[in-house]
Amino acid sequence: MTVTERPAVAEVSAPIRTRVPPWRNPWRRPYVLATITWVYILWSLVPVLIAIQFSFNDGRSRSTWQGFSRQWYCCNEGSVFEDPSMFHALRNSLILGIATVIVATPLGVALAMGLTRWRSRASAVANGISLVPLVTPEIVVGSALYLVFVNLYHFIPLGRPAMLLGHVTFSVSYVLVIVRSRLLSIGGEYEEAARDLGANSLQAIRTILLPLLMPAVFASAMIVFATSLDDFVVSQFLFGSAENETVPILLYNAVRAAPTPALNALASILLVGSFLALILALVVLRGRRRTGEESALETLADWG
Amino acid sequence: MPDKPSGHDRATRRLWPALALPGTFWLIALFVVPFYAVMAVAFSGRINIFNEPIPAWNPLDWEFSSFGTVISDSFTPSGAYHEVWVRTAIYTFWALVICVAIGYPVAYYTARLAGRRRGLILALILAPWWINYITRMLAWVNLLQDDGYVNKALGLVGIPPHSWLSGSSFTVVWALAYGYLPYFIIPLFASLDRIDQRLLEASRDLGVGALRTFSHITLPLSRMGLVTAMVITALPMAGDYYTNTIVSGSPNTNMVGNQIELFLLEGPQKNIGAGLVLLLSLVLMFFMFYYLILTQRASREAAR
Repeated sequence: MTVTERPAVAEVSAPIRTRVPPWRNPWRRPYVLATITWVYILWSLVPVLIAIQFSFNDGRSRSTWQGFSRQWYCCNEGSVFEDPSMFHALRNSLILGIATVIVATPLGVALAMGLTRWRSRASAVANGISLVPLVTPEIVVGSALYLVFVNLYHFIPLGRPAMLLGHVTFSVSYVLVIVRSRLLSIGGEYEEAARDLGANSLQAIRTILLPLLMPAVFASAMIVFATSLDDFVVSQFLFGSAENETVPILLYNAVRAAPTPALNALASILLVGSFLALILALVVLRGRRRTGEESALETLADWG
Repeated sequence: MPDKPSGHDRATRRLWPALALPGTFWLIALFVVPFYAVMAVAFSGRINIFNEPIPAWNPLDWEFSSFGTVISDSFTPSGAYHEVWVRTAIYTFWALVICVAIGYPVAYYTARLAGRRRGLILALILAPWWINYITRMLAWVNLLQDDGYVNKALGLVGIPPHSWLSGSSFTVVWALAYGYLPYFIIPLFASLDRIDQRLLEASRDLGVGALRTFSHITLPLSRMGLVTAMVITALPMAGDYYTNTIVSGSPNTNMVGNQIELFLLEGPQKNIGAGLVLLLSLVLMFFMFYYLILTQRASREAAR
């Protein structure tokens, strides 16, 4: 029976399939767009992968592959850990990143709580000010900070203190945006319930609000760390003298001056650092996803 | 209960401003005041013994002669900075064209057609956000060297090697597009993602072809996302100087950012540098303002 029915089905479906030319068929697979997307992804990532590959080159060239070696990372003359300026830059970047997290996270979390729950005309103004750094080109932020440290805040020397203040300034806005979106989704009910049960405001914040905010706080701390590691412009305007160079500044200064694969190795170490921070942030946000919210990646995309 | 409700409420009311205070103070001291410092230096009328401008903190002392020179040198065709401004505009324009041509299809495919690979593609598109910008440029410097992979690949198909890294506008524009495309795609992705699939299906069910569905439904509905993406990428592109230095290093491709860096960090004429920063901010603010008007109009239309 099935044998006799099959041709009948084919007779009905075959003419329909041939009548619609492929470019008119709305359900055809989007080959062109898929190709563009994948070519774009390759174009955006493969050069970096090749740069990482050359950090393992067994020779001085950064354009001809001469075999695998770890010599540019460690324990050889001119490697990242033996070259004083590279090692120093790595340490500077790390210290600056950690210090920025320590200062910017509490500042931003308090600001987010204050601005979200405090409703007045003053808070609207403060709200506006706090978002402007996000859309201001870095060169404007960097040169403005440079001019104010050189001309007005004489007690803060260029170098590590000025860089820390600069990094915290652009980081506070990131923390604010991330923590506030979480605060808005939590709503005020939990604190009200805590206060109805006799907790004062500080206790409500400490025992109810902060634990609920913890994933967002941690994620923003990691993102602040990664952006601080990656920052170039603000650092370059404020670093003052060579001993305060961070990794991006060193890469920028060395890239045109006949460098060795050690430079690629340094860049790769920086990359691993910011990816570790990002992965930690994603893992923590993924915990939120299980509670029925949108995926961590899409949250990140929304912050962009 | 120890607290009377009224005292309780008053304490709460004071708590939120108190939490917002440190962050607000920080942003005023390190974002608003620095911007004022730019004006104080740009409008300075006096110089010290090192030929450096003495900032005029009092608005009554402002003199506009050097800022006037900056403006006339920027906008008259024979002015010293005219060429740099024109070049900045042209580079930003072409880099944006490339961003739209590549970024729109990629964002569209990722948001609407990627299916179960969507998470993976989104992660790969977001990955460059967390790779240091200087590292991504360094990767291209490796590839574009005279004996790099690009020239080797061209050699395979019989095209003679090209010197990419010595003052080529083509390289700078493509490097800008490469650098900022990830920041372009994500806001566009978010807006394409929000389009209701039923609208597209309705259009197809009514017999409208794919191209007309795109121009009548998808494009209008993603217009604000497209404008947002263009603003988000155009602002930093217009103030970029490091891309240019890394992939070209020639004064023939200087943009405004290079000029600002030169005046502020390498010469005594900081008032000229500050004047250029101010002018750049004004130009970009004009676009921001236009953008804000567009968003408001769009949200008003959506509310209607």
